Amino acid sequence: MFAYVLRRLWQMLPTMAGVVLLVFFLFNWVGGDPAYLLAGKMADANAIENIRRQLGTDQPYTVQLWIFVKQILTFDFGNAWSTGEPVSHIIASRLGPSLTVLVPLTILETGFGIALALAIAFVRGSLTDRMVMVACTVGMSISILVYIIVFQYVFAYQWGLFPVQGWGNSLGENLLTYALLPIVIGLAVSIAPTLRLYRSFVLDEVGQDYVRTARAKGLKEGRIVWVHVLRNAAIPIITHVMASLPALLIGAFLLERFFGIPGIGREVILAVERSDFPVIKAITVYVAAATMVFNLLADLLYQAVDPRVQLR
Amino acid sequence: MTTTLHMHFPGLWTLAWRRLRADRVAMAALAVVGAFLLLVLLSATGLVAGDWEDEVAVNYAPPTFVGADATARALAQAQLPRVVASAPNDFDPLAAELLELKAQVAQSHPPVDKRMTLPFGADKWGHDIVKKTIKGGETSIVVGLAAALVAVALGTLFGAVSGFYGGWVDDLFNWFYSIFTAIPSILMILTVAAVLQQKGVATIVLILGLTGWTGPYRLMRAEYIKHGAREYVMAADAIGASSWSRMFGHILPNVSHVALVQMSILVVGFIKAEVILSFLGFGVPVGTVSWGSMLNEAQNELILGKWWQLAAAASAMALLVTSFSLFADALRDALDPKIK
Repeated sequence: MFAYVLRRLWQMLPTMAGVVLLVFFLFNWVGGDPAYLLAGKMADANAIENIRRQLGTDQPYTVQLWIFVKQILTFDFGNAWSTGEPVSHIIASRLGPSLTVLVPLTILETGFGIALALAIAFVRGSLTDRMVMVACTVGMSISILVYIIVFQYVFAYQWGLFPVQGWGNSLGENLLTYALLPIVIGLAVSIAPTLRLYRSFVLDEVGQDYVRTARAKGLKEGRIVWVHVLRNAAIPIITHVMASLPALLIGAFLLERFFGIPGIGREVILAVERSDFPVIKAITVYVAAATMVFNLLADLLYQAVDPRVQLR
Repeated sequence: MTTTLHMHFPGLWTLAWRRLRADRVAMAALAVVGAFLLLVLLSATGLVAGDWEDEVAVNYAPPTFVGADATARALAQAQLPRVVASAPNDFDPLAAELLELKAQVAQSHPPVDKRMTLPFGADKWGHDIVKKTIKGGETSIVVGLAAALVAVALGTLFGAVSGFYGGWVDDLFNWFYSIFTAIPSILMILTVAAVLQQKGVATIVLILGLTGWTGPYRLMRAEYIKHGAREYVMAADAIGASSWSRMFGHILPNVSHVALVQMSILVVGFIKAEVILSFLGFGVPVGTVSWGSMLNEAQNELILGKWWQLAAAASAMALLVTSFSLFADALRDALDPKIK
């Protein structure tokens, strides 16, 4: 087990190195000279030279790459260009609000998704099943933008059930007032694709021999589906949840932007709007690292759920 | 491959088409997608909606079925010349010239007969929403199709080389694959958008295409590994066909259905992605209309109670994306009946 984890972490190194190289390549070659971006339109040669010296972009590429690697290892990406706030502080302080929306959303989405998928497994092939699937397809084709615009307008602006936007200081206040509508919208958007996916996982299991055996033994249908099938369908479900967590952090960016939630996703948008490269670089590298770590966690959870899985 | 062979033994495509034709939902979806593509073609050639930027109605003219409501009437009232006390007087030395100037303007710009209502309403500038939606659809669909083409072409090329040659080439491409998949696609798209400073339809196609190749790559690589060991490929090798000719002359036609299904799936995702990027202002440039830019405008109009632009763009998009998804599902089932 320990050896397995160690080997997996070792295998992450080339990928991580690739991510660092890719980000470095994008921002240092393709992205143009940041000195011109920073100096503004009325820059003289002297000012540009100064900025270059401060950023270290007058150094050879190998030195710059080394600076970048050191930044990643020390979690210190310097200051954001637009606000002067330390990048590490930006990431640390924006994580909380993102998670306040993300954690309840993921729990509810997974819970509802599993319950509905199992319920549909009872009636597979029926008219209800097909109607739900058609509803899912239609629900998935409506842009998340439309959900947000309409829900915010109707529930918050027209009916006043929720604050239109804002963010408080305490976790309780945020959870109970400001995060509620974003969570509802996130759920409305994500439940259709989640249900479709989980339904296919569940139906894969329902067709297996062990289900027939369980039926032959005379087990109740409810027990078969909720206990036997669920346990086996849990593996792909766990993979899906774990794999989507890092992406969700960024994927909620529209919600964060619309509701004024000071999270990571909104920070990315702001950084792209302001061409604030240090912030984007840092977030990209850390989210990539998080993705790999969560993939490893998913594999470790496999074994916890299914003892037949051998980690080698 | 001769045609007579095809006549006796229906090929993959013939069989798939037969299965597809039997599926009523798929055919309805195909008809809708076809209608949208036809509109794009007509719009691109300027036959339809070429004059979408004409001011044909009053600002925010409501849809006809709502009726030219009080708002529209009030707006029209407000646009009538209100100032009557402009007769030349002794206190204003320029009054006479001003009056002359006004007369000249009135002559050179005769008042347009603006409609009070349109079938689906008008936007802030009095543009016809129907034409605007068609024009916006042209941008969104062209971007979606072109980006999917780039992504599938890249994915197929990489997958073919990687799966066919194996060894260190395969390792190299797998390394690239793991790098690109470690970064969530939306973050990848935003990162590239931040780096490429100029906006434009070509840029957004490039962004989506360069970040979307991983899915097709994984599937095409698997297909090429599978087919590379098949007898027909060995036979081609034996008669001296080059690697390139075996990859793209012999194997590609046999695995192109995978590419086609991938393409149809990617188009849906890219149309949605383009709408979000344009909405955020990272997509199509100012002055180009797309469904995303329409939603962006509509967001502020909603507060004023003008919901029709939002409804038009959202429903056109939902109709196309639903049809495209249903068609893609049916296409996958028809081409690979084993998978259900």
